[in-house]
Amino acid sequence: MRNHRSTRLLFELSHPGRRGIALPACDVPSEPIDASIPASMLADAPPPLPELGESDVVRHFTNLSTFNMSVDTHFYPLGSCTMKYNPKRNERFAALPGFADVHPLQDDRTAQGMLALLFELQVLLGEIAGLPAVSLQPAAGAHGELAALLVAAAYFRDREEHRTKVLTPDSAHGTNPASARMAGFQAVTVKSTANGGVDLDDLQAKLDDQVAVFMITNPNTLGQFDRNVGRIADLVHARGGLIYLDGANMNAILGFVRPGDFGADMMHFNPHKTFSGPHGGGGPGAGPICVRDTLEPFLPSPIVVRDGISYRLDRDRPRSIGQVRSFFGNVGVLIRAYCYIRTHGPDGLRRVAENAVLNANYLLSRVRHFLPSPQGDRCMHEFVASAEKLKTTKGLKQPAMDIAKRLLDYGYHAPTVYFPLTVPEALMIEPTETESKDTLDAFAETLFRITDEPAELLREAPHSTWISRPDEVQAARAPRMRWKPD
Amino acid sequence: MPYILNTIEDQREMLRAIGASSIDELFECIPPEYRLNRPLAIPPAMSEMELARHMAELAALNRNASNSICFLGGGSYDHFVPAAIDALVGRGEFYTSYTPYQPEVSQGNLQAMFEYQTAVCALTGLDVSNASLYDGGSAATEAVLMAMSATSRPNRVVAAESAHPEYRRILRTYFAALGAELVVVPAPGGTVDPADWERAIDDRTACALVQSPNFFGCVEDVASVASIAHARGALCVQAFDPISLGLLKRPGELGADIAVAEGQSLGTPLLFGGPYLGVMACREPFVRRLPGRIAGQTVDRRGRTCWVLTLQTREQHIRREKATSNICTNQGLFALRALIYLALAGRNGLRDIAALCLRKSRYALDRIRSDARFRPAFERPFFKEFVVRDGEGRVAELLAAAESDGVLAGLPLGRWYPELDDCFLVCVTEKRTRPEIDRLAFALQRHSEHSGAAARHA
Ligand SMILES: Cc1ncc(COP(=O)(O)O)c(C=O)c1O
Repeated sequence: MRNHRSTRLLFELSHPGRRGIALPACDVPSEPIDASIPASMLADAPPPLPELGESDVVRHFTNLSTFNMSVDTHFYPLGSCTMKYNPKRNERFAALPGFADVHPLQDDRTAQGMLALLFELQVLLGEIAGLPAVSLQPAAGAHGELAALLVAAAYFRDREEHRTKVLTPDSAHGTNPASARMAGFQAVTVKSTANGGVDLDDLQAKLDDQVAVFMITNPNTLGQFDRNVGRIADLVHARGGLIYLDGANMNAILGFVRPGDFGADMMHFNPHKTFSGPHGGGGPGAGPICVRDTLEPFLPSPIVVRDGISYRLDRDRPRSIGQVRSFFGNVGVLIRAYCYIRTHGPDGLRRVAENAVLNANYLLSRVRHFLPSPQGDRCMHEFVASAEKLKTTKGLKQPAMDIAKRLLDYGYHAPTVYFPLTVPEALMIEPTETESKDTLDAFAETLFRITDEPAELLREAPHSTWISRPDEVQAARAPRMRWKPD
Repeated sequence: MPYILNTIEDQREMLRAIGASSIDELFECIPPEYRLNRPLAIPPAMSEMELARHMAELAALNRNASNSICFLGGGSYDHFVPAAIDALVGRGEFYTSYTPYQPEVSQGNLQAMFEYQTAVCALTGLDVSNASLYDGGSAATEAVLMAMSATSRPNRVVAAESAHPEYRRILRTYFAALGAELVVVPAPGGTVDPADWERAIDDRTACALVQSPNFFGCVEDVASVASIAHARGALCVQAFDPISLGLLKRPGELGADIAVAEGQSLGTPLLFGGPYLGVMACREPFVRRLPGRIAGQTVDRRGRTCWVLTLQTREQHIRREKATSNICTNQGLFALRALIYLALAGRNGLRDIAALCLRKSRYALDRIRSDARFRPAFERPFFKEFVVRDGEGRVAELLAAAESDGVLAGLPLGRWYPELDDCFLVCVTEKRTRPEIDRLAFALQRHSEHSGAAARHA
């Protein structure tokens, strides 16, 4: 039950003298601090943090949590983000002290169980990708993109080829071109066709021997499998370039087709999507990358190797790009991915893809009569509907936004809106395999009902939430990014 | 299948509505020549019970800070994690939500982000914080990239040898592709001499990267670094240990322009290195160059105070290749952990935790050096870590022996600093008790007697 009295900030709740952590008495000699550290290095006072008791803190954050929608509480069809159910068993396993309390710089001998698990995960991901060499280090999908592009850059340097460009489709996620730039490349955009596929003519026009990598998302961000992917790979390979697969949409094809088999040379997984890592209000994720054997020497260090019956972190990899983050990786997320894959096995993973695709197609079949999907009547794990026609039929300026906001009133999280950029008034809907037909039916009926509601109602939606339509322009014009006492 | 709700009957009905004869038909868009015509070669499915046994077996093979006494540090620390943190972040509404794209149904996360940013500003004495980056190392790199763009000096950065060796390694990885130069200033006495900063920082240098307390645990003279850097038009980036700020001067007071930290100390377990938390704060003028999400305060259409993601024109989903960073998924849940930790500790709690670390690490050094075989490698003020030189230079053997006594005694430094291959780094947090510290000293000294005896007999 929501407690609306609870929206004061922690800092406003501060009550001098309170504390939420009681410490044991100091059991070693308590010499004055400035006997060990010169006074000039010491602060005059500790940082001005609030003072609260444990129950203050618990009530505050418990109440705050009730202002969020989440997968545990709501249908959350946020396209491209794969908001599937997050199994509770994985939480229990990842929290075992034998995993959670292992220090990252412990001697390899003392962490054999951990290394065995991570080694197995490397093997599992390599098999699912059809790309056998794996680094678990990157912290999220975008970080995996960057790491893989750095691998590509090292590969070309090693071959003494000077390549300056990375091609990304205009339907690609924003992280693709941003990663290209951070890896020192010029990002060049390739046009898409109406169904989100790569425009082969435009690709050929832009493809030259300066192109290091073509980044493709397949299934693409319109939820379509690009049938030309093999031809695209041939074209790029013929010019000496590499194919990078953005693996955000792997949920659709697990066990059906492997990126390595359709021409990808490198890819990332988003275990927080495909393999059920909880999204944590924005993160954490992980971004393991899988590459062809020829690129293996350049992968980040360390990677886990097996010598006979024992495991170790191999740091002696002279051609490696080095490290892209601290320590080994987002191991907590990787453990959950491992549990998820082991829970499913080969048939189970295929079943995940089947039901993800079935659910999306079913929802598409129920929605496309009133919200057309520019890419047709079939999709993979998600589809993009366009609310463009509501501009004329209802006089709405931003119909996708209005529908999204109105859905919140009915207790649904909104789909992803205004992405991909190639579809006007885009609503990108991804139901995932863990939702039921009943949920999809109710959601489709609600969507239909909304498109029939008066424009006024939509323009001001949501009506039932604690706040509605925050003024984002004002937030950016005079940014207030921290609390200050009045 | 464990998490799928569709029954065969549901599937049949759905296929009928779609107008497809089978599920396989839905996959016909995948050209047959690419399809996998065999099951994935991965082990068969496991029930929850089977998996529980398998995971317990793997977990049992790992030494850890629960079944051993942990004196390992080097950027990842065995600080106490209050139970309230797990209880709160484990709430499904935090745990299974995502980036607050829809502010109306994400005020819990957004308000927490805003509070986190406020807490980080309080901690660092700087003006603005983002809502999190991946970890300490990538945050340090992002800070350096930010300084390069803010100063329009894309070619040269000076970093302390005493900064975390992994941070410098990550920088080198990024710089290899960008063609920038990383100059490393030495720290032979445990800290960098200001004269060396003077010599190294020139008017092409984007920033100085200094860590304090540094990788060896020593407190650096950040104020001097900042004034030297500023005199050459460069910025000062400080990596800090959040717990140390219960006692030490804050980066903002010392003149740092950008401060970054590994936020793991603030309520996150060791987890073999991640997920952790990249903390980043900066001075006001650099705010539009900050990477990552930022929550901002505003009002809604009815005038109610609320929070949204703001300054999004910095970010990849709007600016694509011109974004300040490529980061999308961040470490939201770990920023929440840090916020709850700081709220529970409060200003006085943080000071007291820091004081315990400091006093216990002093006590540990005194106990260890009571055997003449062991000497502190550096005579500098330190916070919770210190470097011990083994007069016999047999660090690996020594640490292995301590480990068999149930003590993870320290990190051998030779891997990163060949000249320190007779040294190891010891970390003492507030969790270590006097008897545990005595046991550390005993484990080291007992082995010392053994090897001494062996040497005499030889
Ligand atoms: C298609 C696509 N590519 C890349 C990414 C980036 O992944 P991450 O958010 O894990 O960095 C995302 C997700 O947000 C995505 O949907």
